Amino acid sequence: MTDATTDSAMTAAPLAKVETPFQRFRAEFFESKIATVALGIFLIIVLLAILAPWITPQNPYDLAQVTIMDGRLPPGSEAFDGYTMWLGSDGAGRDLYSAILYGLRISLTVGLASGVIALLFGMAVGLIAAYAGGRIEVLIMRIVDLQLSFPASLVALMMVAALGKGVDKIILALVIAQWAYYARTVRATALVERGKEYVEAAQCLGISQSRIVFRHILPNCMAPLIVVGTVQTASAISLEATLSFLGVGLPQTEPSIGVLIANGFEYMLSGRYWISVFPGAALLLTVVSINLVGDHLRDVLNPRLKK
Amino acid sequence: MTAVLEISGLKTHFFTHAGVVKAVDGVDFTVSKGEVMGLVGESGSGKSITGFSILGLIDQPGRIVEGSIKFNGSEIANVSEEELKKLRGNRISMIFQDPMMTLNPVLRVDTQMIEAIRAHENVSKQTAWERSRDALGLVGIPSPEERLQAYPHQLSGGMRQRVAIATAFLNKPDLIIADEPTTALDVTIQAQIIHEAQKLTKQTGTAMIWITHDLAVVAGLADRISVMYAGRIVEQGGIDDVIDRPLHPYTVGLLGSVPTANRRGQRLFQIEGMTPNMLALPEGCAFGPRCQARKAACNAQPPIEDVEGRRLRCFNPQRVAEVTS
Repeated sequence: MTDATTDSAMTAAPLAKVETPFQRFRAEFFESKIATVALGIFLIIVLLAILAPWITPQNPYDLAQVTIMDGRLPPGSEAFDGYTMWLGSDGAGRDLYSAILYGLRISLTVGLASGVIALLFGMAVGLIAAYAGGRIEVLIMRIVDLQLSFPASLVALMMVAALGKGVDKIILALVIAQWAYYARTVRATALVERGKEYVEAAQCLGISQSRIVFRHILPNCMAPLIVVGTVQTASAISLEATLSFLGVGLPQTEPSIGVLIANGFEYMLSGRYWISVFPGAALLLTVVSINLVGDHLRDVLNPRLKK
Repeated sequence: MTAVLEISGLKTHFFTHAGVVKAVDGVDFTVSKGEVMGLVGESGSGKSITGFSILGLIDQPGRIVEGSIKFNGSEIANVSEEELKKLRGNRISMIFQDPMMTLNPVLRVDTQMIEAIRAHENVSKQTAWERSRDALGLVGIPSPEERLQAYPHQLSGGMRQRVAIATAFLNKPDLIIADEPTTALDVTIQAQIIHEAQKLTKQTGTAMIWITHDLAVVAGLADRISVMYAGRIVEQGGIDDVIDRPLHPYTVGLLGSVPTANRRGQRLFQIEGMTPNMLALPEGCAFGPRCQARKAACNAQPPIEDVEGRRLRCFNPQRVAEVTS
């Protein structure tokens, strides 16, 4: 093979460093200050939520630690047990700082769990639709259309009304409300990818159907899925808060952010703003930071916006 | 020479809403061991569909309606998908036009090559990796260990086509179908790729069908040539016979429209008209309406016959002393 070594076009460009697509993606992602800050805020929120039992002065779910004597204290007051309630307390005497962190635990768990389950389910359904084609595809996609013609909050509300209260039921309701977005996204992308030549080439190599679907087509569908996933997770978190605010989500004894906002709502006009405003701000910060990350992911992962 | 592939009377039709498209309508040819067969024609003449028919990769609404495809003596037209899967990439490989598109952008070269081996043989990843590395070396890729770790976007167009060729040769196939493999490459790279392909077929005895519209490429590479027009072979024979003394007016026209240096300043010949609508082929000879040597007899379908050492489908063969060069 000596002819190859004399071939200058081939030898001219030695691969200095193999940059994986992930490394390139990471470098591009951190170019944006806003997205980096948003990701930082989100990670801090997650960290605070995880560490809540060790860093909060009170366990708001333990009724023995909650005294009605502490009810509706303004921010900075001293609690009956001696610690300072920097964000005040709610009507039942729960320290808001503790309650918000515990509430975030629930909100994030519900949001992420329903996001992941809906993504996996929607992805499977969408892939089946795209690859099977024909009647199966028509049937699946009409169900998706039907479901997307209702607002997600309405679907979730109906599901919770039917299923009852509880974290597991809320997650199930949110999965049912959101899987269709993933299914539609995956199907659209998979249809485009299926028509590409590398799929034909893989078929010509005698590679099995399932391998082509999962090893070749699916990884190429990941970019839009990641974007939809982040945005839908943020919307799942706010949807859970909506349901709880309306009183059909989580029970009073396990207050999520939505329950806390609802609890404070009745005191808003009497000047006790903190009961609703601080949990509201926490929710806002969480959802906005996820959305900012999702927005930037879309810019980074969309080949049409590539510089 | 033993025939690797014998196609006779192959008809692949597409049943669309607008009517039946006879994309391939009665094609016969044989390819022997170590032989390169050039399949030439304009876009839509059915040359690629012929290639896909061999691999059984005709999508709905198309299917092989008639004819036989014998590969190493056994019939492979309309056999089960399982049988075909054993052939694809193993005994029969394909090389595509655009190397940018045929490698999966999110998988590394080694992943894709190892997968191609392990789809057909139960070998360890290490063995498959070593074979991939050797195959890359064989097609003239320097430091193949490094290139194996690369993603397709990190390789140049010529390099990617070399990877595609190496992948096609991985399982030492008996037949390779190359569908316009050099069309997307610039001329210097084109020459290198043709050189590699030629060398490999001679070394391994692999038969090759080289599908192209570029007569210059075929003239330098193929042993035999089949010229297709509107789903049928119009002229077929040894490369020297057909290129130097073309008889069919279509072949004459194709050769006349290749720009060459020694006719500088003269106007290029062009074939009048457009490729026919495959839904409404003209009566009689499909090339008739565009043919300058048309006779009354051409209103009937010309049969394919042996004329001057080749197969020819024409009532009025052209005997032009010198067409090119």
